[in-house]
Amino acid sequence: MNILVFTLLLWLVSALTGFLGALTGLGGGVLLVPVLTLVFGVDLHYAIGATVVSVIATSSGAAAAYVKEGFTNIRIGMFLEIATTLGAVLGAFLLARVSTEVVGIVFGLMLLFSAYHSWQSEPNVAPLAKPDKFSALLKLNGSYPTPQGERTYQVYRVPAGFGLMAVAGALSGLLGIGSGAMKVLALDQAMRIPFKVSTTTSNFMIGVTAAATAGIYFKRGYIDPGLAMPVMLGVLLGSTLGAKALIKMNTKILRLVFSVVIAIMAIEMIVNALTGRI
Amino acid sequence: MQARNRWTDYELEQIIGNLLRAGVILAAFVVLVGGVFYLFQHGTGRPDYHTFHEPSSDMRSVKGVLRDALALHSRGIIQFGLLLLVLTPVSRVAFSALGFWAEGDRMYVVITLIVLAVLLFSLLGAK
Repeated sequence: MNILVFTLLLWLVSALTGFLGALTGLGGGVLLVPVLTLVFGVDLHYAIGATVVSVIATSSGAAAAYVKEGFTNIRIGMFLEIATTLGAVLGAFLLARVSTEVVGIVFGLMLLFSAYHSWQSEPNVAPLAKPDKFSALLKLNGSYPTPQGERTYQVYRVPAGFGLMAVAGALSGLLGIGSGAMKVLALDQAMRIPFKVSTTTSNFMIGVTAAATAGIYFKRGYIDPGLAMPVMLGVLLGSTLGAKALIKMNTKILRLVFSVVIAIMAIEMIVNALTGRI
Repeated sequence: MQARNRWTDYELEQIIGNLLRAGVILAAFVVLVGGVFYLFQHGTGRPDYHTFHEPSSDMRSVKGVLRDALALHSRGIIQFGLLLLVLTPVSRVAFSALGFWAEGDRMYVVITLIVLAVLLFSLLGAK
């Protein structure tokens, strides 16, 4: 296989991955790494490097639309980005210091978590009794548009959310993914932010978190232009089309089928890591 | 009356949205142009990504990438496009600091500058 065929094939598969990532709400990143390593036999470091730039492209593209619609809470995003970027720098440092096997296992576990997360439907976020003093202090409480007009909301458990975000950032830096599932968990489970706000604000933060990771990957040479080019262009196209198709489709069954596929990939990655084949 | 000269969150959101979109489109275009060159020049070679090897230092520093891109080397052009992509969220953060300043929100200017410092450390400082 020469570079031309390899590149076109990679582009096509990346577009498909981006499409499915957008449809299932998993995002492109967490799916790309197993596809690149297990299907194309790409070294894990190159795979992670190509993934992180794709994550920046898709999240920034989507964030552009969400921000303008007024769902994103830019103050929550900005404040929590302190945690995610610091976590990402730490994670990227760790990547150079732990063995590939460990990275493979952590990645597999993260995949399993994402698969489980996509099984869940919209979480029911009941407000807590006691509001958090930090949320008023940091001006995190906000409002978002609904068909019945602007709806206001309170933000709870800010320190817990901040801590979870640091962990999400570290996973991002270690694995080159956006760790959107983890971010949404922190925002809606810990901080009780409404679903529409938590998903869009999570996406808003992903680009900045991935940029903190990418700077370090870039200097280490994990981002190879020949590999990242078709992957980034493919994922960007696929996820844009996926986001458009999502509006017209019921993705319940697709998500169920897909979580099974991801779970299988996760187990394969963990087994490969344990047997030293990664 | 003072509020009239100040920005609102809504205006800030619109500008940030446009900035992000423009950055991604520009970066994708540069990567695509570099990619087409790359396939013409190297299309018949063999891909080699099975094991990681240290790439030339040119692809790993901002200066090196700029030099390569200006010399119209295809891999340099792609890498320059990818660099533009990485800079898109960074410039969004830098712009937010400006926006919060214009809104008169000092606390968020500080918060935003902390994030910007971490990003610049990652891009320029750490290895």
